[in-house]
Amino acid sequence: MGDECVEAAELLYHYIDGELTTERRILITSHLDDCPPCLDAFDFESELRIVIAQGCQERVPDALRQRVAKAIRQLQE
Amino acid sequence: MPSLYTAALRMTRNPADAEDLVQDTYLKAYRGFGSFQEGTNLKAWLYRILTNTFINSYRAKKRRPEETDIDDVENLYLYRRLGGLEGAASGRSAEDEVLDHFTETDVKEAVESLPEQFRLAVLLGDVEGFSYKEIAEILDVPIGTVMSRLHRGRRALQKRLYDFGRQRGLVAEREGTAHG
Repeated sequence: MGDECVEAAELLYHYIDGELTTERRILITSHLDDCPPCLDAFDFESELRIVIAQGCQERVPDALRQRVAKAIRQLQE
Repeated sequence: MPSLYTAALRMTRNPADAEDLVQDTYLKAYRGFGSFQEGTNLKAWLYRILTNTFINSYRAKKRRPEETDIDDVENLYLYRRLGGLEGAASGRSAEDEVLDHFTETDVKEAVESLPEQFRLAVLLGDVEGFSYKEIAEILDVPIGTVMSRLHRGRRALQKRLYDFGRQRGLVAEREGTAHG
């Protein structure tokens, strides 16, 4: 693994989080375009992020909606 | 409400507490709306109320000691351990295919198993998509602390998923890592 690959791996989460400076972002994007193994890692981590975010999602129980609406109405009285 | 309820349930790990927490949050927000400044971040403001209410009223009375890993914060924990698998014909990598096998229950359990500080950071960052700066404001900690908790939290989460994968025979136990 080259130095660029090491750096890309270290910055990968910040990259996916959108927290890099523009300059660094451009550098990493350019490296990913040129480096299939790093692009692979990026694809995996991006997909894992989606799996986590979607896997956690809950449907709101109807009873809860009603409870909260009622509680707010009571505050308004 | 769905995202607040989702976050509340992952925090409290208990539907009854989660419902109470959501209701408390809404009532506080309603009462406190006068202090909300127009043009600032409503979602972050709401989550700050949710998180503070959780920390002050709902966190487990008997706290588990924070599990501290050895100071190993390698990136790509899960990815590095999935290497060497045969690629499938579909064009997805073998590693991506392993992701297909994790159920929602796996994901929820993995997140809920995280120590609280890591769990809050991962919920806010990865599930709700807040920026580091927003998370810092919500949790009232420095940005450096946010990054550290996110990093460690993600690693702990990936380790948990890896353990699930091993239990199911999706991944072989391996010495060291495959992707170097």
